[in-house]
Amino acid sequence: MRSRPLPHLALGVASLIALIPTVFMLVTALKAQEEYQANKTGWPDAFVFDHFRQILFETPIFLWMANSLILVVGSVGLSLIVACLAAYAIARMEFRGKDALLAISTALMAVPPVVLIVPLFVLYTRLGLISTYGGAIIIYAGLITPFSVYLLVTFFRSLPQELIDAAVMDGASHLQILTRVVLPLSLAPLLTLVIVNALFVWNDLLMAVIFLQDDAKKTVMAGIAVFQGRYNNQIPLTMAGMAVAAAPMLILYLTFQRHFVRGLMAGAVK
Amino acid sequence: MRRNSPLVPYLFVLPLICLLAFVFGLSLIRLVEFSFKQVRGIDGPWIGLRNYELVLNQPLFWESVGHNLKLFMTIPVMVLVALTLALLLYERLPGWRIHRTILFLPYILAIPIIAVVMKEMFQFSGPVNAILTALSLDFMVLDWIGSADVALWTVMGLIVWRETALGVILFLSRLMALDESLIEAARLDGASWRQRAWFVLIPQMRGVIEFFVVISAITMLSAVFAYVYVIGGGRGGPGTATMVIELYIFNALIRTSLPGIAAAVSVMLFAVSLLLIWALFRVRRREAE
Repeated sequence: MRSRPLPHLALGVASLIALIPTVFMLVTALKAQEEYQANKTGWPDAFVFDHFRQILFETPIFLWMANSLILVVGSVGLSLIVACLAAYAIARMEFRGKDALLAISTALMAVPPVVLIVPLFVLYTRLGLISTYGGAIIIYAGLITPFSVYLLVTFFRSLPQELIDAAVMDGASHLQILTRVVLPLSLAPLLTLVIVNALFVWNDLLMAVIFLQDDAKKTVMAGIAVFQGRYNNQIPLTMAGMAVAAAPMLILYLTFQRHFVRGLMAGAVK
Repeated sequence: MRRNSPLVPYLFVLPLICLLAFVFGLSLIRLVEFSFKQVRGIDGPWIGLRNYELVLNQPLFWESVGHNLKLFMTIPVMVLVALTLALLLYERLPGWRIHRTILFLPYILAIPIIAVVMKEMFQFSGPVNAILTALSLDFMVLDWIGSADVALWTVMGLIVWRETALGVILFLSRLMALDESLIEAARLDGASWRQRAWFVLIPQMRGVIEFFVVISAITMLSAVFAYVYVIGGGRGGPGTATMVIELYIFNALIRTSLPGIAAAVSVMLFAVSLLLIWALFRVRRREAE
C-alpha cells in the first residue's frame, strides 16, 4: 500500500466537495458586499466582520436561538424523564403488557412526523396551543421519546443484575435504584441521547413553521428559512447569519464527535 | 409506596403511555376521522370518500407524487458513492480519520442552513456558474434554482450531497465490525483491493446496504420538506417544479385551510410508509441475525 495515488485522490475530492459549502459560507460572510459582486469565489481582499455585528445586534437571531434552546431543553428534558422511568420498568420489572408497550413504542419511531401535523394542528387550534412553548415541547418530546426508550431499554438490560439486587437488599426503592445506581452507570447512552435528540429538535423546520408561527416564538431554523427573502441579494450578510446559526452544532460535533456518530447511527430511523 | 406493590411498574410507564397516546395515538385516530370529513376549523360533517376523490383527481397531487418518486433516483447514486467512500476509508490510509470527520460534516449541518447556502451558490449569477464560465464549461451554466426544468435536479443534488454522509458512516461501522481474519486471508492470497471489496467485503454488507436503501426511501417519501421549503421559496417553486407530498399537505392545512384534504393525503402517505417500515423491520431482523 505504499504509493496509491487514486484512493487518496478520491477521498480528497470527496472531502473537498463535503467542505466547499461550509468554506463558501464562512469566506463569503467575511467579504464586503461590494467585493462579493465582483469576486464571488476568491479569497477576500480584506476581512469584514461587520456582517457578524449586524447579524448579532440588528436581527432577532438571539431571540430565535433562545426559542430553539427553550424547545431543546424542554423537550429533551421531558423526554429523558419519561423515557428513563419507562425504560427502567420495561427492562427491570415484570408487568403485564410490557412487551406490547415496547413493541408499540419502538414501532412509532418510524411514523413520519408529517402525518401528525393535521390532527395536532386542529387539536392545538382548539386548545389555543399554537405558538406556545409548552405545546411545541410536548410534540417534540413525543417525537423523540420512542427512540430514547428503545436505546435505554437495550442499555438497562445489559447492566448486571447483582448491582440491582444489592441495592434491593439495602432496602432501596425502585426510584432510588434508578436514580442512584442505574443512571450513574448510564452516562454514555444518556449523553448520546441528549446530543441526538437536541440535534433533531434544533434542526427541525416542519414542526417549527407550523406550531410556532408568532414572530416572537420563531425558532432559529424557521427564522433563517425566511432570512434570505428579507435580505435579498445581501449574500455576505445572509452567509454570516447561516454561520452563526450553524456554529452551535459545529462546535458540538467537533467536541463530541464519537457520541454524535454513535447516536446518529443508532437513530438513523428518524 | 411499597416496593412490591404490583402497581409500581405501571406508575413508571404511565407518563410514557400518556405522552405517546397524546402525540401519536389520538392523532392517528383523528387523522383517519378527518380524512372522511369536510373539516372547517376544528370539525365538520362526514362526507365519505369525497376528500380522497378530490385529491386523486387533482393533477397537482399526482405531480407532487411524481416528484417524490423522482427523488428515489438519488438512492442508487448515494449507495454507490457511500459504498466507495466507506471502502476507501476502511483501507485506513494516512489521514483517514480527518477524512471521516469531514465526510460526516454534511449530515451535521441543518438542512435549512445548508439549503440557503447552496441556494446562493447555485444562483444564476452565483459562484458555481462563475466557476463553470471560468472553466469554459458554458454549456453547463444553468439556472439551477430559477428554471422549472432544473430546480428539482438541484434539490436532488443537495439531497445526495447531505444524505450520502449517513450511508458512509453506516457502511463504515459495519466494515469495522467485520471479522478481520477473512480479509487478512484474502490479502495474503494476493487479492487486489477491488477483488477484496467485491468478493469479501460487499457480500457481508448486504444487510446494512438494504437498511440504508429503506431508510433513504422513507426519507425521499416523507422527510424532504426542509429542502424544498427553502429551495422552492416556501411554495415548491418555480411554479410547481419542486412541489412534494409534504408541501402539498402543508399547503392544504395552513395556506388553504382544508384539513380534510390534508388528512386524506396524510393517510395515504402513512399507509405507504407502513409498507416501507415493514420492509425496514424485516431488513433489521435479518441484519441482527
